[in-house]
Amino acid sequence: MSISIDRNRCTGCGACNRVCPGNLLALDAEGRAKSRSPRDCWGCTACLKACRFGAIAYFLGADMGGRGTTLSVASTETEHAWTFTRADGGTRTIVIDRRTANNY
Amino acid sequence: MERIVIDTDVLIIGGGTAGCFAARTLGAREDLRVTVVDKAAIERSGCLAAGVNAINAYITRGRTPEFYADYAMDDANGIARYDLLISMSERLNRCAEALEDEGLVFLKDAEGRYAERGTRNVKINGENIKPLLARAARRQPNVRVVERVNVTDLLVAGNRVYGACGFGVEDGAAYVLRARAVIVATGGAAGLYRPNNPGFSRHKMWYAPFNTGAGYAMGIRAGAEMTSFEMRFIALRCKDTIAPTGTIAQGAHAKQVNAAGEVYETAYGLRTSERVWGTVEENRAGRGPCYLRTRGIGAAAEEDLYRAYLNMAPAQTLKWVEAGAGPDARDVEIEGTEPYVVGGHTASGYWVDVHRATTVAGLFAAGDVAGGAPQKYVTGALAEGEIAAESAAAFLDAHPAGAVPAAVEDQAEAIVAGYAAHLGVTTSRAPVVTEQVEEAMQKVMDEYAGGISTGYRYNARQLERADEEIRSLAPLVDRLRARTPFELLAIYELRERLTVCRVLIAHMAARKETRWHAFAERTDYPEARPEFEAYVNSRLEDGDIRIVLRDLVGKGECLEHLDR
Repeated sequence: MSISIDRNRCTGCGACNRVCPGNLLALDAEGRAKSRSPRDCWGCTACLKACRFGAIAYFLGADMGGRGTTLSVASTETEHAWTFTRADGGTRTIVIDRRTANNY
Repeated sequence: MERIVIDTDVLIIGGGTAGCFAARTLGAREDLRVTVVDKAAIERSGCLAAGVNAINAYITRGRTPEFYADYAMDDANGIARYDLLISMSERLNRCAEALEDEGLVFLKDAEGRYAERGTRNVKINGENIKPLLARAARRQPNVRVVERVNVTDLLVAGNRVYGACGFGVEDGAAYVLRARAVIVATGGAAGLYRPNNPGFSRHKMWYAPFNTGAGYAMGIRAGAEMTSFEMRFIALRCKDTIAPTGTIAQGAHAKQVNAAGEVYETAYGLRTSERVWGTVEENRAGRGPCYLRTRGIGAAAEEDLYRAYLNMAPAQTLKWVEAGAGPDARDVEIEGTEPYVVGGHTASGYWVDVHRATTVAGLFAAGDVAGGAPQKYVTGALAEGEIAAESAAAFLDAHPAGAVPAAVEDQAEAIVAGYAAHLGVTTSRAPVVTEQVEEAMQKVMDEYAGGISTGYRYNARQLERADEEIRSLAPLVDRLRARTPFELLAIYELRERLTVCRVLIAHMAARKETRWHAFAERTDYPEARPEFEAYVNSRLEDGDIRIVLRDLVGKGECLEHLDR
């Protein structure tokens, strides 16, 4: 799976479940979000952006270069604040103003 | 199974790029009831889930729709439909402006005009393009959006469409969608071939892995004519993440270089297929890995790329951060993807006329599922959604509601019975499961029908083996069992892919030439041949795929299905 869900932060609101383009997320018996087909994630990050509780992080499988860094995002109407957390705990945040276009 | 019946005037199958825009267009026809059905939620379904890097189909200043159509014709080495390309190109800029009206952010120059990138592109922030399109569809009072319903079959009698059948992927209900006209906009087909990352990250692919060729398969079974499946699409991508290369190549003017640092792209040609072919050939000759030469682009350019990728393919930025070395420090390695069937980039799909009418009366096609018009990108898919919507409305004006043949109800019964059969009690220790058959299919396609492992090359004998193997897998699908509607979805996606594979193999076998390197690379016919300056079309007749070569539709000509 290329997302991990923090069960302590997940409130079971179902927002991620509603937005996943692959219908991959569902609530488990305890009412927490869970992927029902971990290998089928496209990595679109729609669920990260939809989660208001910051409960979902994205990572690369080791087969495509993942070495333990995760990516999370805090989204508002005007910005996406993307935070990279390395395996050693170091972080880096890139804030994107949603009202600006790519220079590329 | 619980049965839910929905009556509508226009049914739009697939709420992606083309489908949402078709719904927006039909909002102007308040007298028509419109239903959009999607197997997921339309906020992020289809190709644009993560976003898009640029508007890649745009008529830039001083250029004309003919310039764009000529480019697409050349890129397809002559096998595309000029009439479709022109009717699309004429609408590209209006569709871009519609996106801005819906709230998409465009980069502007000092005069307030769209900032251009190269000769066909304009710069945007495309992260939220799909939610904006979904909102535009939902806003129409006459449009109903039905989500998490997977449509499997069209209801067709006497070569006229009367709706479609599907099942709920959450509620498990059977859906009978009765319609007077249908627009199919389900996208193309991914997952036919073994992918770049076949294990844990198997769905980290270029095309939407949830686009499983449903629209092709339902059309094939309904007897619709298809075109150019053999013009496969293979994307040149950043290695492992399968993220776009165009942003780097065009934005940072990065050249393709081999391991020795030699620019090789000019030796093979600059068509889309040739850029892939060159990379394959350099690797075959022992000169790989291949890269986009980005080293030294500077810290500011690197930061811009980090941001651009977060807006469309976050995995690539994550990969750079993970490695502790971005594109300024290290060239970006590139590779070709597994092949796809996708009419938005190449010309594979329904054989449509200039109104986007298929050969089945009342059935229209738009976006990646519609053939003949490559290089659509987002704006081209919007243009086709708009044309198909206008044509469906005109069809309804010309064909007042009439009696539905009794055969249609029987057909719906049989389709629903098929769902129920798969959901029957699982016998203990079933030896074959859906995932196994899918892996078998991908292995066959990879090894015998020109996948990654053969450098995309194939010959007639290999295609015969592929056909034999794919045919032997099809009966297994009938015996697969599902415990949940979600598992039922996997069975039907597999069925669709096997149907597409069969037609794809037949098309590949019929084009006995190499018209496009990599996309259709034949070792037994390594050159282009004049007798194949024609479209390879097909139609399923009594269980057999009948191939027909059709003459090219040249400049100034226009194809109309006159019997509609």
